[in-house]
Amino acid sequence: MRYAYYPGCSLKSVAVEYDAALKAVCEKLGVTLDEIDDWACCGATPAHAVDRFLSVALPARNLATAQKAGNDVMVACAACYNRMKVANHEIATDGALRKEVNEALGTDYDGGVKVLHLIEVLVNGIGIDKLKERVTKRLDGLKVACYYGCLLLRPPKVMHFDDPENPTSMDRLIEVTGAVPISWEFKTECCGAAMGIARTDIVHKLCGRILSDAKNRGAEMIAVACPLCQSNLDLRQSDVEKDLSREFRLPVLYFVQVLGLALGIDAKSLGLDKLIVDPIPLLTQKGVI
Amino acid sequence: MDVLNLGTKAAEDFIREVEKLSGQKLANCYQCHKCTAGCPAAYTMDLGPGRIMRLVQLGQEERVLTSNTIWVCASCLTCTTRCPQEIDVARVMDTLRILARKKGFKGDKDVPIFNEVFLANLRAHGRIFEPTMLAWYNLKSRHFLKDALKGPVMFFRGKLPMFPHEVREKASIERLFSKAEGGEKK
Repeated sequence: MRYAYYPGCSLKSVAVEYDAALKAVCEKLGVTLDEIDDWACCGATPAHAVDRFLSVALPARNLATAQKAGNDVMVACAACYNRMKVANHEIATDGALRKEVNEALGTDYDGGVKVLHLIEVLVNGIGIDKLKERVTKRLDGLKVACYYGCLLLRPPKVMHFDDPENPTSMDRLIEVTGAVPISWEFKTECCGAAMGIARTDIVHKLCGRILSDAKNRGAEMIAVACPLCQSNLDLRQSDVEKDLSREFRLPVLYFVQVLGLALGIDAKSLGLDKLIVDPIPLLTQKGVI
Repeated sequence: MDVLNLGTKAAEDFIREVEKLSGQKLANCYQCHKCTAGCPAAYTMDLGPGRIMRLVQLGQEERVLTSNTIWVCASCLTCTTRCPQEIDVARVMDTLRILARKKGFKGDKDVPIFNEVFLANLRAHGRIFEPTMLAWYNLKSRHFLKDALKGPVMFFRGKLPMFPHEVREKASIERLFSKAEGGEKK
């Protein structure tokens, strides 16, 4: 299996461990990733808040490059994944915009490149049964809250990712490891996302609700698929603890880090040392490492 | 008591403008307020998304474009997902942010600054270089010490790079920004 890989800005900075872990897991599973040549930022939230053309043209630049190379695109950041699928949808349905974008880029892009999230590559491309066979280290009994956030799922008419109100694909991946995905209310509630910088107060409030529900329902760890969700829940967790006068100490791992542990990949290669809330004590206690 | 001027030419123009830019039929909103009920940021909005929809239907440009609602909307798309009339409410919010910026209305100080420094950073490097993006945000917003303690935590874990990863063909990025700045756009 071979994919054109779009890392996006976060996976080269605040989410280097997501990049490291997915590369280690893909290598182990025989998935080849070719980084899209000279990729640029997808524009994220600010682009669509400021200019529609820019919000479509920026992802289209990367997609047009990938189309020439000929493989499906694999994205891991939920925000990049969202912007790329929205750009494909807009280009395929708005002829005038498609013309404008292609003129500016000097391309002939039709919105047709298939964009897959890492979860889709693992669940549909490789398959749950195959993954089960590859597990060498079971995480039996570890209680994990699978947190999907917003952008993987919404808008459902464009994303076609999973059930928008009760997704289960990440839960199924976590189950492969022997860990137990808990049932909880905040799977798809927003963490505040890009408000993290300008309105940190909103992020504190929303993350407080997410962390509280996960903790109340017995989660020992949160699994995420988005760098924004991860840094809001992990980096800002100590501030939320102060706001709510409550201790959470919930490690927030990328789902692929959890999977990597079960595939026998070491903690260092999975970038577990990069996380702010240290997962090592929990994993040691559970006999995982 | 607020007095709303309805049916004026300015009100009609605003309604048409929002409909054209957002591609949404505003009259389809029958005010069930499901958008507001599910909105995670509604608690800090001066007007809920449902009231914004109503005021846009009535062409109340200034009320809508000066509200903080459009800036504290986190673009989580819950409203769009749940609208029983299939209105893309989040797209209307995007349209209102674009119009507020174009027409010089201020509803929030900091979010537009974040958007501005983010896109300036993207334009300069082709990819986001967090250290200078965050520094510019702190300077421009005058929140000089914002997250001052988070920076080192990230840096020493190798989560903040020392140098930007620049795009090779920066001219192609500049072309997109120039086009977005000038001429008629979608």
